[in-house]
Amino acid sequence: MLTALALLLAVAVVTPHTTPFLLLLVTRILILAILAMSLDLLLGFTGIASLGHAAFLGLGAYLTAILAVRYEFGLSWDFGLVILFGSLLGAATAAVFGLFALRASGVYFLMITLALSQCVWGLAYRWDALTGGDNGLNLPGRPVLGPIQLGNDAAYFYVVFAFFAVSLLALYVLVESPFGKSLVGIREHEVRMRILGYNTWLHKYIAFIISGAFGGLAGVLWAQVSGQVSPDNVTLTTSVDALLMVVLGGPGTLLGGVLGAGIVLFLREYLSTLVPWWQYVLGGMYVLTIFYLPDGVLGTLRQRRKAAGAPAVGLAPRPVRSEELRINEGGIE
Amino acid sequence: MDAKFWLLQVFNGISYGALLFLLGSGLSLIFGVMRIVNLAHGSYFLLGSYVGLTVIWTTGSWLLAIPVAALAIAVVGLLVERVFLRAVGSDPLRQVLLTFGFALLFQQAALDIWGGNNLEINPPAMLTRSVVVAGLHLPVYRIFMLALASAIGLALWLGLDRTRAGATVRATVDDAQMARGVGIDTSRVSMLIFALGALLAGLGGVIGGAFLGVYPGLDFDILPLAFAVVIIGGMGSLGGAAIGAVVVGLVDNFGKVLFPQISYFTLYAPLVLLLAAKPTGLFGRE
Repeated sequence: MLTALALLLAVAVVTPHTTPFLLLLVTRILILAILAMSLDLLLGFTGIASLGHAAFLGLGAYLTAILAVRYEFGLSWDFGLVILFGSLLGAATAAVFGLFALRASGVYFLMITLALSQCVWGLAYRWDALTGGDNGLNLPGRPVLGPIQLGNDAAYFYVVFAFFAVSLLALYVLVESPFGKSLVGIREHEVRMRILGYNTWLHKYIAFIISGAFGGLAGVLWAQVSGQVSPDNVTLTTSVDALLMVVLGGPGTLLGGVLGAGIVLFLREYLSTLVPWWQYVLGGMYVLTIFYLPDGVLGTLRQRRKAAGAPAVGLAPRPVRSEELRINEGGIE
Repeated sequence: MDAKFWLLQVFNGISYGALLFLLGSGLSLIFGVMRIVNLAHGSYFLLGSYVGLTVIWTTGSWLLAIPVAALAIAVVGLLVERVFLRAVGSDPLRQVLLTFGFALLFQQAALDIWGGNNLEINPPAMLTRSVVVAGLHLPVYRIFMLALASAIGLALWLGLDRTRAGATVRATVDDAQMARGVGIDTSRVSMLIFALGALLAGLGGVIGGAFLGVYPGLDFDILPLAFAVVIIGGMGSLGGAAIGAVVVGLVDNFGKVLFPQISYFTLYAPLVLLLAAKPTGLFGRE
């Protein structure tokens, strides 16, 4: 755990002194890491796989863009308010979605979250008047906080890193808390938890809302990093990428999301500039992860260390073993 | 906007539904028999279009393109199922990731082989005319799509309902374990159904290529619609897929005509409500 934190700190210190491209890339990775960690809360800790997580990213991003472009709001210190609104919007949407989605489980939950995120995508794509349709929206520039110009990539990097650190801390506290332990209990054996008297639906619902809130937060930051928002941010591809980030990094480890985000974005945004066949690597990564790294990188590392008797890796108490990462087949809850 | 306009919209919706039936029926069968979420289904559709194009370029025959493309994609599907899907088992998350990985691989391969330009499949001149039926000008190609989808739907239904092979498929859908207990080789049934699903998708691709165009990205554009068909119709139900396809075609068409700003929302929001009420879909069985 200390090594992980040291590494993160090193990243925070070193990155602003590297190339501008790398600076922006790491900033993007950190933002998507927030998204991945929020999905890890659902997938790794509660055992619910959602195929619609991009919806929260998209909502946060579009909110930021619409406020900035149409209402000129969020361009100075009120950016803090936009962050708050974005998180609240994510949470509120999750609260609504959860009411529908949590009536199902397993593959049916996947279907319904897919449909939900397609609703958001559809609005983004077609409601031209509000969202700019397929063209998306171009933000007028990053906020100016007094003497600090967030247009300076290094300054924005620090802001993003701060939010990332806060999110990581908040989620860590959450998963270590009794609530977090109950989520793991639900992942392991929901019926047993119910017999013990836990309101499992409520636990899942709250986890869903929290994960939506962090997704919205990631969306707000995402809108400002590239200055452009389009329906591409809300597609099925984004949702599945988020799932891969969690699974590849290691479900149930929180930090796995960071690693997964790093790998996926590295492929999509860096390797793609070097070679034309990068998508084969990405596709191959999807395929090979299932077969050879079902616990993800950090999960497998943790298994090895446990087998060798060393103290635990990563931030969460127990990784998910591949046999356990089985989504309960169900139907109607 | 008189009665003729609305009739035309209904016709458009239903004929689009015919195409969606080809796509969705395969996905529905695959899910029903194997409980597999196949995110590469749109890719099979697109690959069908591309292979059809190649056949047309090399032989000049559009008619030949249809069975050749369909069979080619069936083979691809068969290979994927045999080598990879079999090993992944029943966990939907792993299926999602695996099939999505293949979708990405297929997408890149298609880009490398056929390039990134928008292409078109040109059917024979006879099919590109329009006829006047009851005062409406109807494109013959749409009528052709309707006729073909109906014929295939009928053939599928007869096959499932009246043949012994169809009975084994239905048994596997209903209860795979019992089917194995009775001596049915469910893994062979799975393999064949997956190949059939891919074949239908590929067939849909060749037919749809003249209608939707052939372009990179069509695979992911059409995938959510395929799922919409399966969601409405219920996973594993052929009749459900037919109804689902018609409904999706109509809602999509009318949504675009009446509420263009929220047209996809008008399709997916009712889907959410339906799934919340009945997660297995309208005619699905669990």
